[in-house]
Formats: sequence, C-alpha cells, structure tokens
Amino acid sequence: MKALEFENVSYRYPGEDFDIIDGLSFAVEPGSFHCIVGVSGCGKSTILRMTCGLLKPRSGRILVNGAPIDGQSHYCGYMPQRDLLFPWRTVGENLALPLEIRGGYTKAERRELAESALEDVGLAGCADKLPGELSGGMRQRAAFARTMLAGSGLLLLDEPFSALDFLTRVSMQEWLLDQWERHKKTILFITHDVEEAVFLSGSVLAVAETPIRRLAEIPVPAPCPRTRACLTRPDTVALREELIEMLREQVKP
Amino acid sequence: MSRAGRGSLPALIFLFALLVLWQLGAMEVNAAYILPTPLQILRRLWELRTPLLTVHLPATMTVTGLGLVISLALGLGLAAAMDWSPLLQKCLYPVVVASQTIPTTAIAPLFVLWFGYGVWSKVLVSVLMTFFPITITVYDGLRSARGEMAELLETYGATKWDVFCKIKVPCALPYFFSAVKMAVPISIIGAAIGEWLGAQSGLGYFSRRMMTQLDGAGVFAPIVLLSVVAMAVTGLVGLAERRIVKWRGES
Repeated sequence: MKALEFENVSYRYPGEDFDIIDGLSFAVEPGSFHCIVGVSGCGKSTILRMTCGLLKPRSGRILVNGAPIDGQSHYCGYMPQRDLLFPWRTVGENLALPLEIRGGYTKAERRELAESALEDVGLAGCADKLPGELSGGMRQRAAFARTMLAGSGLLLLDEPFSALDFLTRVSMQEWLLDQWERHKKTILFITHDVEEAVFLSGSVLAVAETPIRRLAEIPVPAPCPRTRACLTRPDTVALREELIEMLREQVKP
Repeated sequence: MSRAGRGSLPALIFLFALLVLWQLGAMEVNAAYILPTPLQILRRLWELRTPLLTVHLPATMTVTGLGLVISLALGLGLAAAMDWSPLLQKCLYPVVVASQTIPTTAIAPLFVLWFGYGVWSKVLVSVLMTFFPITITVYDGLRSARGEMAELLETYGATKWDVFCKIKVPCALPYFFSAVKMAVPISIIGAAIGEWLGAQSGLGYFSRRMMTQLDGAGVFAPIVLLSVVAMAVTGLVGLAERRIVKWRGES
C-alpha cells in the first residue's frame, strides 16, 4: 500500500485558462523521504495544498494509505513556508492547537503532549515562552513539532527552511533527517534549492515541465545516514548538475 | 514609568507654556464672563467641588458608562456579523456609515421629546456617536487576520467558529483596545452634549446653567473635570492593554 497516491489529478486556478496540474499521477512509499524540486511558481505547492485538502482537484483521485482523502481527516500534517506560530499563544499553546481542534484531550493532556513534542525537537523548557522570544531555527523546529502533533504518518513540508540563513538551514536539514530516521514518517518536502533536495531525499521528484504532467523520479545515490560530505561525492555532484540543467531549461530569460 | 515620564516632558512643557499664554491673555482681556483665566477656572472648580463631584459627575458617568457598554455591545456585534457574512456586510456597512452623517446635535432635541429628560435620551446621543468607531475599528481588526493562519487551522480540521475564536478574536484584540481608547472620550462628549441639550443634572447641564449666569469660569470648570476623567479612563484602558496584548508589533 502506498502512503500517498495521485491518480490522474488535474487542477486549475480560478481565472486561469489552463490546468497547472494536468493529469498528474505519482505514488510515494511509506517511510520514504521525497523532495519535490521545481522552479518558482511551477505549481509544486499546489500538489501539497491538494494533498492536505486546502484545494480540491478538478478531476482525478488522491489516495492516502489506499483510501481517498475526501472521507479522511487528520491523515497528514501540513507545514507551510512561514512558521505561522500564533504570536499571542505561548509555544506550548501553539503546539496544542491541532489537539484543541481535534478535541478529546484535557488541558493537562495537551500540555503533556506538547511538552514531550518540544523535548523531542530539542526545545525542552520552551513551552511557556512566546514565539517572539525564539530564533528563526527554533521557531521552525516548534512549527515542525506542531505539524507532528497534527498529523499521522504523512508530513507535507512546503519550503520550511527557505527563510532561514544558510548556516541555520544546513543544521536544520541535518536535524530533519535525524527526526525522519527516528520517527519513520513519510515526508514530502518542497524546495527550489537543488542542493537541499539532493541532501535530503531518498529520491528527488523533479518537476520537468509546466504545467505539471509528471514528476521525474531521480534516485539519490548517496547512502543513509548522510552527512554533508555526501554532497561532494562525484555522483551526487553529477546529479546536482543534471537537476540544475533540467530546471534552468524552464527559466529561459 | 520614568521612561514614560521623560517621553511626555516636552508635551507637559508645551501645555504649561500654553496655559501661561492663556493666563496672560485673559488677564489682558479682563472679562471673566467671556474668557476666564486658568487660575480662575481652577478656583471655581474648587468652590463648586461638592455639587460637581456628588451630583453632576455621577450623573454624567452613568450616561457615559451606559453609552459605552451599549456601544461596545452594538459595535462588537455589528463587526462580528459583518465579518461573518459578506451579505450582512453589504447590508450593514453603508447603514453604519450613513448613521454618522446624521448631525447628532441637531436631532438630539428630538431624543428628548421621544425619551424625556431622563437618562436614556443622553445615552442615545452617546451611543450614536460612539458605536461607529468601535464597529469600524474592530471590523478592520477581524479582517486583519491572516488567511495563511486560517488555512493552517483548516488543515487541522477547524470549523469557521474555531477560526473565529482562535485567530480572528486575538488578531482583533489590539484593534479593540484602540477602539475603546477612542470610544471613551467620545462617549463622554456625547453624554455632555446630550445633557447640554436637555437634562436636570450632569456636567453638560451644569456647564450650560453657568452659561446663563454669565459665569465663564463656571462653564469651564465641569469641562476641565470631564477632560481629566476622560484622560484617566483612557490611561487605565492603556494599562489593561499593555497587560493583555503582549505581542503587539509582531507579525
């Protein structure tokens, strides 16, 4: 059974005269880590937004764990580009949000779950701070912890690190791989940064054309667990160059 | 506190200079029934303290309090309704704006005819002037909630009511405090205008009575009292705001 499956899915934004996603089919194995890489505005975010139910496909079916998403709830955790921590809630209260919405937890249970999730992402003792007191990397980790509390096995991350400075981004990427190995989640990660895609993914799903009719699945040869040294291996360098070449063709000046 | 004190020092010096200028000018004119000096006003305020503080201030504060409470209820209700339904917004917004084109002072005597010399004709004047800034400001606050946050909540399975309670209300809170800070002085002015046009007690009424006696300082004394009360209440609201809205200025 696939963790996520697109069957001939199309989507058209209101007011446009073409399908930005046009008969797209692809599937993702449980426990895998895929990066969808593509140029800005190609519609890669649209794929995630349809998966989490924010957008309804014009045609086709989206299946999570073998069942259509229409009848399901809480089947995925969605993390947008901005951390979107609510500034009026403490970090702990922010993490409790998805549990509050779902209902069925007491306040003490929510607090306990939030605290253990924070500890898990290396933010122990931050539950009573306001988001404004955290650094950019810490905020992303808190947002990730909130996403983990929101969802089940499927995490949809939409350029979560693109607003961070380079060094923070590098350490967040290593941290994310570590989280993925420990929690055995299925992760779909959107980025326009080829190096990030190569470093993180088991195989890269590259957007080869716009409108999106297919995703080219390109396995990354480097073994797991990875370090940044993998990025300098000749085969990864070659893969990176190949991807960059492929994307550059789509952004002709 | 000391920082706030330093910040308002230029304002205090400027105010003091204006008062000195007024004092000198009024001494030059030397017609207290038209232009009393600040010192004469203060003296009159002290002489009249018993009737002002025991009869007329409580009367005005009753009107103001009722006006403010009704305005808040009405303003918040209208703002929430307009935010909830685009149809209601289309119906209500123009009416709310049109209500402000009514020259309140001109039709207030009608309110006295309708509701008598009691408290309610004045409350109506106060409400008519006060509910508007509350409605518009709080409505803007509710609209300021970011769509992205609502979307995130939707992916958790949130209902429209969840979004309202967990995003819109907190987003509107700073706007709400701004609205109240605006509304307090306006509701006091509204009450005073109502009393000026027809009442048996209250600071507006008292001011008008002094006018008929050509007591210039007596006209000003209740007005000074009103200003002080308005500033004090607005200051209290500001204190409450600083305690409750800790995230202001952060995205």
